[in-house]
Amino acid sequence: MATLVQAVRMALHYGETYLGVTDILGEDVGPPLGGVFTATQGLATAWNTPLDERGIIGAAMGIAYAGGRPVAEIQFCDYGFNTIDLLKIAGNQRWAGAGNYELPLVVMTPSGSGIRGSLYHSHSFESWASRLAGWKIVMPSNALDAYGLMLSAILDPNPVLVLLPKALLRVHGEQLIPGEPADQEYLKQLIDAPLGDRSNWQPRWPDLDEYLVPIGQANRVREGTAATVVSYGRTLPLCVQAADALAAAHGLTFDVIDLRSIFPYDWSALSQSVLKTGRVLLVNEDTEVTNFGEHLLRRVIDEHFYELEVRPRVLQGRHLPGIGLHQTYERNSVPQLAHIQATLQALATEEA
Amino acid sequence: MTTVAEVHSGKEALSAEQCLAIHRVMVRARAMEERMIQMSKSGEGYFWIGGPGEEAFNTCLGLHIKKGCGPDYDFLHLHYRNAATLLAMQLPMLDAVRQAALRVTDPHSMGRNFVGHYALRQYNIVPVSSPVETQYAIAPGTAIVQKRHGGDGVTVVVGGDAGSSEGDFATCMIWSTRPGQELPVLMIVMNNQWGISTPMRSQHSERHIVDRGEAFGIPAETVDGNDPIASWHALRRAFQWCRRKRHPFMLEASVSRLHGHSSSSGAVRVRDEPDCIALFEGKLQSAGLLAQDAIDDAWEGAREEAAAAVEQALREPEPAAGDVYRHTYAPSGVDAVYPDDYTGLPE
Ligand SMILES: Cc1ncc(C[n+]2csc(CCOP(=O)(O)OP(=O)(O)O)c2C)c(N)n1
Repeated sequence: MATLVQAVRMALHYGETYLGVTDILGEDVGPPLGGVFTATQGLATAWNTPLDERGIIGAAMGIAYAGGRPVAEIQFCDYGFNTIDLLKIAGNQRWAGAGNYELPLVVMTPSGSGIRGSLYHSHSFESWASRLAGWKIVMPSNALDAYGLMLSAILDPNPVLVLLPKALLRVHGEQLIPGEPADQEYLKQLIDAPLGDRSNWQPRWPDLDEYLVPIGQANRVREGTAATVVSYGRTLPLCVQAADALAAAHGLTFDVIDLRSIFPYDWSALSQSVLKTGRVLLVNEDTEVTNFGEHLLRRVIDEHFYELEVRPRVLQGRHLPGIGLHQTYERNSVPQLAHIQATLQALATEEA
Repeated sequence: MTTVAEVHSGKEALSAEQCLAIHRVMVRARAMEERMIQMSKSGEGYFWIGGPGEEAFNTCLGLHIKKGCGPDYDFLHLHYRNAATLLAMQLPMLDAVRQAALRVTDPHSMGRNFVGHYALRQYNIVPVSSPVETQYAIAPGTAIVQKRHGGDGVTVVVGGDAGSSEGDFATCMIWSTRPGQELPVLMIVMNNQWGISTPMRSQHSERHIVDRGEAFGIPAETVDGNDPIASWHALRRAFQWCRRKRHPFMLEASVSRLHGHSSSSGAVRVRDEPDCIALFEGKLQSAGLLAQDAIDDAWEGAREEAAAAVEQALREPEPAAGDVYRHTYAPSGVDAVYPDDYTGLPE
């Protein structure tokens, strides 16, 4: 099975071959490197830009205004902060401009902790991004969803931010991407650039098919009755692990919802599950002041207060200036499996 | 009255016919701006910012634009003082006034944005946005598409002197001169010596802003933007370079700011800066091309046109509560929540 980053690469290949992607641009995105995480190796339309994030977002916007379909990479979301007012313009231009222009722009960027990245390779971005009205924001937690969300992002005529969970980029999927060879060693031979000199290397792309994960559609990856847990990105598989462990040990079953889209989020999936279980935990690793999970919590309280059996909970990153390099810092800054499991158990077993 | 075929400015000349056409647009632009300033004070509008003092250069700019939609045509990344450019492109005064009057019929923004914040896809005018200088970061993108597409379309980007301090200005120079990937970008700086209240000379010591292009091998000119004949020829050379050579060019025009920064600072007429229209009228008069009564007629016609546009705009509907969400999103076949447009928070 492909890794999440291979899935992104295959989606971009599909995008430039069949969906009209004209430019894949960013720092070290073109040959020879093909991206610091290898997301853009071997792609026909990938090119290297100056080390200038504002230039990258600006140029991508201009390309989209002029009829192109760009995918821009910000090497780490930690370096996207100086682009925020351009991102704001990308999000508001259609509204401000009375619908004159479409802006079919995809920005992808690795987000979150989990690779021992210290202060500036560990930030989360979704809470910042959720304030950029006019954007759509997605975050896959597995390879197949990464493929399907990227194709949707490319097809959508609006700006779409694809947040890639850094910690999961090299994790293999559990489901085949349509057209992907089953043997992962073989896939690697086909599409991973060799180490060392690659000047004569060409990828051999598998014959991929279209597979779309609609924007705004969550995925219930476990079904249960004890409580609802909602997450995305790095913490999603941890929620699944926690739920499975509690099922095995205590017979407690959970609705585990992979939100997949931060905006627009699948309110109906979340709402229906909360109405069923009366108990909800929202998990993400962005810092807690002010966190996108708090918005979901606000809606849960506003709309389902009287259906809740116990107080709803949010697990999130601590309000800290950064994540420190020593693992003690990281483990005590962002939710880990043990936190999630303990919180889930407490949520499920609290007296109503 | 003896008439001449050409009007001269230094060694340069322009046909009488062209000069009269430029003068008409300049007067119409000024009359429109003056009426809009009134609107901002009378309650017919709300805010004013614009280009009195930039009409000579901006009119010539509009007359040089290859007007149309898509990469075969010029792209415009303007700032908020380009009213004369749009009039020179033969866009109706009424549309600018609709924006000043905050009408839902305003084709640029449905009454959402300040006056002078244009957006017109059919003429490659990408949305003007208030954050100063961001247009210089976006401009290389349209030029990338134009260069790849072929043809002679140019990307024009316009901003002020103070704004050139932002990194986006350097972004534009760097991205337009990547070796082997040079771009047909015409970078224009309208130097009025002010950034709101801050004199340029209190913050900048470079001789000319466009001198910065030298390090990148970008040819540059400075021009008296109060002189339409000089501006016309500078723009002609600049466009010719970008159209044919497919490389960038920089042009810095010294201009006046005749009503201060905006209505926030009162928009009061200043008297100590040259007025390009009065200067040009003097020139046209002494060339025997324009008698005083013809000048008076031009002004009267322009003021009537502006008054009629305001009257018309004010008869048109204002935005309604139901318009708040409109045009947030383009329709999408892959969005389960907003297949058409934004409808408020997901339900
Ligand atoms: C990024 C940004 N900072 C500050 C402002 C507020 N502001 C609006 S216009 C202006 C001065 C701009 O001066 P200049 O670029 O010389 O253009 P001018 O208004 O003189 O034509 C400022 C500071 C802004 N719009 N955008």
